[in-house]
Amino acid sequence: MITFPDISWIAILPLLIVTGTAVLTLLADLWMEGPDREALGWIGLVGLLVAAVAAITLWNKHLSTFSNAIIIDRYGLFFTLLFCVASGLTLLMSMNYVELTDIRTGDYYSLILFSTVGMVLMATATDLIVIFLGLEVMSIAVYVLAGICRGEVRSNEAALKYFLLGAFATGFLLFGIALLYGATGSTTLGTIAAHITKGGAQERTLVLAGMALLLVGFGFKVAAVPFHVWTPDVYEGAPTAVTALMAVGVKAAGFAAFARVFMHTLTMMAGDWSGVLWVLAALTMTIGNVTAILQSNIKRMLAYSSIAHAGYLLVGMVAGGEYGGTAVLFYLIAYTLMTLGAFAVVIALGRRGAPNENLDDYAGVGFRYPFLGLAMMIFMLSLAGVPPLVGFIGKFYIFSAAVRSGYVGLAVIGVLNSVISVYYYVGVLVRMYMVEGVLEIPVPSSRPYLFATLLITIAGTILVGLFPGPLFELARQSFLALG
Amino acid sequence: MPLLTLIVFTPLAGALIVMLTPKEQHAALRRGAFIFSLLPFALSLVLLARFNSSDVGFQFTETVPWISQFGISYSLGIDGISLFLLLLTTFLTPLVILAGWGDIHKRVKEYMVFMLLMETGMVGAFVAVDLFLFYVFWEVMLIPMYFLIGIWGGERRIYAAWKLVLYTMTGSLLMLVAILYLVTLHNQQTGQFTFDLLQLYDFAAPLAAQRWLFAAFALAFAIKVPMFPLHTWLPDAHTEAPTGGSVILAGVLLKMGTYGFLRFAIPLFPLAAREALPIIAVLAVIGIVYGALVSMVQPDLKRLVAYSSVSHLGFVMLGMAALNTQGVEGSIYQMLNHGLSTGALFLAVGVIYERRHTRLIREFGGLWQQLPLYGAVFMIVMLSSVGLPGLNGFVGEFLILLGAFETYPVATIVATSGVLLGAVYMLWMYQRVMFGPLTNPANRNLPDLSKREVLVFAPIVVMLFVMGLYPKPFLSRMEPSVLAYLNRMHQKMAVVEGPERQAESLKLKARTDG
Repeated sequence: MITFPDISWIAILPLLIVTGTAVLTLLADLWMEGPDREALGWIGLVGLLVAAVAAITLWNKHLSTFSNAIIIDRYGLFFTLLFCVASGLTLLMSMNYVELTDIRTGDYYSLILFSTVGMVLMATATDLIVIFLGLEVMSIAVYVLAGICRGEVRSNEAALKYFLLGAFATGFLLFGIALLYGATGSTTLGTIAAHITKGGAQERTLVLAGMALLLVGFGFKVAAVPFHVWTPDVYEGAPTAVTALMAVGVKAAGFAAFARVFMHTLTMMAGDWSGVLWVLAALTMTIGNVTAILQSNIKRMLAYSSIAHAGYLLVGMVAGGEYGGTAVLFYLIAYTLMTLGAFAVVIALGRRGAPNENLDDYAGVGFRYPFLGLAMMIFMLSLAGVPPLVGFIGKFYIFSAAVRSGYVGLAVIGVLNSVISVYYYVGVLVRMYMVEGVLEIPVPSSRPYLFATLLITIAGTILVGLFPGPLFELARQSFLALG
Repeated sequence: MPLLTLIVFTPLAGALIVMLTPKEQHAALRRGAFIFSLLPFALSLVLLARFNSSDVGFQFTETVPWISQFGISYSLGIDGISLFLLLLTTFLTPLVILAGWGDIHKRVKEYMVFMLLMETGMVGAFVAVDLFLFYVFWEVMLIPMYFLIGIWGGERRIYAAWKLVLYTMTGSLLMLVAILYLVTLHNQQTGQFTFDLLQLYDFAAPLAAQRWLFAAFALAFAIKVPMFPLHTWLPDAHTEAPTGGSVILAGVLLKMGTYGFLRFAIPLFPLAAREALPIIAVLAVIGIVYGALVSMVQPDLKRLVAYSSVSHLGFVMLGMAALNTQGVEGSIYQMLNHGLSTGALFLAVGVIYERRHTRLIREFGGLWQQLPLYGAVFMIVMLSSVGLPGLNGFVGEFLILLGAFETYPVATIVATSGVLLGAVYMLWMYQRVMFGPLTNPANRNLPDLSKREVLVFAPIVVMLFVMGLYPKPFLSRMEPSVLAYLNRMHQKMAVVEGPERQAESLKLKARTDG
């Protein structure tokens, strides 16, 4: 007879709320017509808000349920909140974005919510199988989202590429889990950690092999070099709002699980993986930044930029310890705000049938649309790491963690990469402000949701940059909750 | 009253207000920006009046914890070294904005916004006494300059703007790593995180680390100065920048590099600096002579003035490297002189550029007949740059050469040739532009200085004379801080030095105490 473990429903409350909202959106879609569909977006937003509130009320609790497969610690809750913000902003900008496309809103909103469920599961899972489960829930929703513009060849191509390569990478992850299970007899992170602490020599080889395969799986999801090749095509082809979600949500979820497994469970093995990650971080930053310079399409450029930022995050993981971990978490907040903002500007400049995604389309836009110009200026400067914006503070934490842990060389590679990145980020501004425009984009109609997204992300980019203390403390507490 | 905070952020408030003004109302935008740049100047005059010249440390200090986990605070202060650089900034900015009334006709609003933003960055960098805060302001001022050149500049403006940003960013980001490393070292020894400059002054890093750290700081500052051989961005940036951009660039931004050496690189890493100062002196002398020689052959007025900056800033660095009272005081004095006279030279070039849209020397000639008032102003400014006794440039160069001769006699003798060469290229340029027959018909109907232009030049010309004839009020306010600085440097360097230097530092100490 199968015995069911005790389930603490309170612990999975945020997860339940998001799942419920996703189902509700899907069903409500059946009764809604035309313009009423805007309400679907609101349902999603309210659901995410409630989930976030639930996560906040759980903040001081430390619960684990499903036989220790899911844990509600501050680390998990931190990411739950981050995903609520990222998906919420994606939904918000989508409410205007869908007007430009043929997307069926009901499916679309519920898929965004389902992918959020997967992300939350990945961040709160303390069992490799559940991490895998979360990864799949998230990925399958995103595979569909990437191809949701069925009439567009690029979108179809993106979905297929993402799916095939993603499935392949998941295979690596599963194989890694299997090897770790073979070595330690468990898939629960706590048991694995305990086993490794007293582990013998023969198992060590197995653990190392398993670890390497996990690295491949996570490396794929966070788009680290050399597992990044899918990124530009998929980011370019997917609908822009989905690209935004992939760039921030999927990447952050990848890092949530990646950091929990490597910086906590496998922290005993840091001597073995930190060297590899050092090389990966240096490669990811350099290849991401250098290739971004060559791009002529802004979505592709932002794809390579997202690869480069994965590199900075890896620097934080290599640095390790309290400061490295906190820096990674803080950087994800910073990255989420500025990247979502940048994609919102890309959407704002697009029109039905004319996405205006070529960098040359941006010529002269800064003076014609002063608000969008200013917004893009703030996001690009922040991504480039110019103080006092949030991107700078994020990099400051990352590099200072690296220097503190003695990785001065990696920090130098990092800042030199920042110089390279200035070239293409500011290159966007050069086009917007210093080149006369040829392309006349029709004056955009009023788009309140997009405007709201921009206001929120601008405020976040500036204010968190000026007053990073509270969120840094939040990130610190969250990371320390890993124990 | 948080005077320094007010001076730093009034321009920012002005920028926000200007930003909200409709862009068609050029007159309102211009006046608004001008008024908002006068406010910080008025405030800094209050500061000057209240400045206690017998106090050697930082005055008007304000400290508010900012990122407490890292020991970062919003910490401002001013001493005799930064006082006049702050005044220079708040003095030049309104004049530049006023000058911009004439030559900026498109995108007026954005121009004024960037100017005011830059003022916040510059003033902030001069008054920050927290390394992190300094770094923030240091980077903040780069962005407006980038846009000023890139949007309102000449034909090759984008290239010039790129070069400026990439050069400066490379240096400053490496400096950021050095700052982090320094703070980490300090933490390892004292168990305490701080970016506070005064605490870091008291910290002696091991020599090997100091060498690297000094190198990183020096690179960032040497690019900004710019020191030979890192100067190549300067002629491009200056030539392509609009007049206002050139004035601010020459007048203030370059001082940021020399100020950085004086405030950060040398006092934070005295042992490494002691080894590096002779090298700096040699590079400075190369810069002096090279800049002057290259100036001589420039067909373009702005390029000529730009290269003359390389030469003049060589003097500033030479005086600083001498590490004695005359040298350092001369160095600071020369920073102010260069800010005024080179700023004014760019304004003067701007006047004829605005009328003729060319900067080529051969396009001009005989302008004196047509523009006598302009000719007079231009002459005074030019002679001040040459270092004619009675004008400000002479005092600075004289002090520097006096101080430097004590420490580096040979280099100083070579540097003196730079003074001569300076006279040659400036006078020759002036002669070709202003004297001779007025052959070019395009110059026949040029109007002389307008009232507004006179208003721009008048304060500068007055200051050129005041600083040339009566330097005492300036030097007496600098001296206590300079002596304290030298005293600290010699004490720290004396750790590995012989009795000779120790005696000197004792002598200095006696002067400070007395």
